Amino acid sequence: MFKTFIIGLLLGIVAAAAAVNYVPVVDQHREASVISVNPNGGVREVLHINIPMDRVMAGSPSLRQPLPAGVQWPDDEKFGGLRSELFKVRNERDTVIGVASRIASKDEQLGSIIEWVVHLPARGSIYVSMQDRVSERGHRLGQIRSGSREFENLQGEVTERWIADSSGSEGSSAGKIELVSQFVGREEEL
Amino acid sequence: MIRYLLSLLLGMLVGAAAFVALLYFNPFTAQDSMSPISVTSNQVMSLGYSVAAGDSIVYTNNGETRIKPHPEKVLQLWEASVRGTSAMATVLNDSRGQAAGIGIKFSSDSEQTRLLNGEALVDSVWHIYMPGRGTLFVEQTENYWSYLREIVVPAIWSSADNWKGNWYGTITSGPGVLGVARVVGGSGEFVDFESAATESITARAYSVNDGPVSAEAQLTIELPLRAKVTRVED
Repeated sequence: MFKTFIIGLLLGIVAAAAAVNYVPVVDQHREASVISVNPNGGVREVLHINIPMDRVMAGSPSLRQPLPAGVQWPDDEKFGGLRSELFKVRNERDTVIGVASRIASKDEQLGSIIEWVVHLPARGSIYVSMQDRVSERGHRLGQIRSGSREFENLQGEVTERWIADSSGSEGSSAGKIELVSQFVGREEEL
Repeated sequence: MIRYLLSLLLGMLVGAAAFVALLYFNPFTAQDSMSPISVTSNQVMSLGYSVAAGDSIVYTNNGETRIKPHPEKVLQLWEASVRGTSAMATVLNDSRGQAAGIGIKFSSDSEQTRLLNGEALVDSVWHIYMPGRGTLFVEQTENYWSYLREIVVPAIWSSADNWKGNWYGTITSGPGVLGVARVVGGSGEFVDFESAATESITARAYSVNDGPVSAEAQLTIELPLRAKVTRVED
């Protein structure tokens, strides 16, 4: 019987080691990507944020009621020109696939800054600097400055655009912020 | 026959428990408390913040973990794709304790987590705005194994459901080769800037019900000297 116990002990150690090694502790949910290929190379992905449903935080000294209710926005005057927002981000199927931050600032020394960080948990993050100028078609163009994981070796552009909801239906959103990203692989030196 | 079967099952249970104990007490999985940036000859910038969710401007997660979202009415990240993610906006203080910027941190449980190697990993990014200076993006992999082993598990075992002590650890473990985070500048004095950073935690109290009660984190960013290149035209 002692031999059986020892065999059981060894089996227990092996089974626990196998379970710890092969059973994933973290398994991020993945939505199938909705990506189209551009005719001149690279890929295009359209993300959007429904306003106000997907707005997690909106903080600025100019806002009478910062979001969410009860938030204590710092009253330090050095943050006077800053507007900082947090959102949930959706794909073209209107499914939440990540979160994003947008920082907009008008600073005497720095000028105008508009930036996005889009974080897609199963894929990685992108960091985008936008131009201040809005085109005639209502787009603001931005450059991808950096990315992590899946986006690490990609470069490209992102445009942001506000699309108002004119349907007038009950319960509809005020509109959406559309982010269109165009990625191409970074050229690597051989 | 039943006696042999019971003996086998008991052996398996003891074996599994012994393995878990070995994993937990494994001295080879201890994290270095020394950051590679602490020996750099470059200047460093330290940004501190409180780890307690209640001290942040906004903290949100799926609403089902022991760290509760703050403020109470903040939108929660309950959708399947973001259930393992938390988002925080906080004031970052300089080394004198003065507000130096606003930082937004997204953290997601990492699929690279390997408990066998003492790795409880989190993929995180910072979006930092510093008035008058510029903006930064910090990408890092954090390893919370030592934090879990030395703070969270003892708090769960404690009859008072809390932990008190003095713990310091560097949580950044990558993606840089020396276990440092990658920093990219976006604007102002940091434009086109690439550097390294580490994040460390000094914890003094942890509650099973509320998470960290008294803990400060420090984001240390290396500021490389920029060589000013003057191009001479022929």
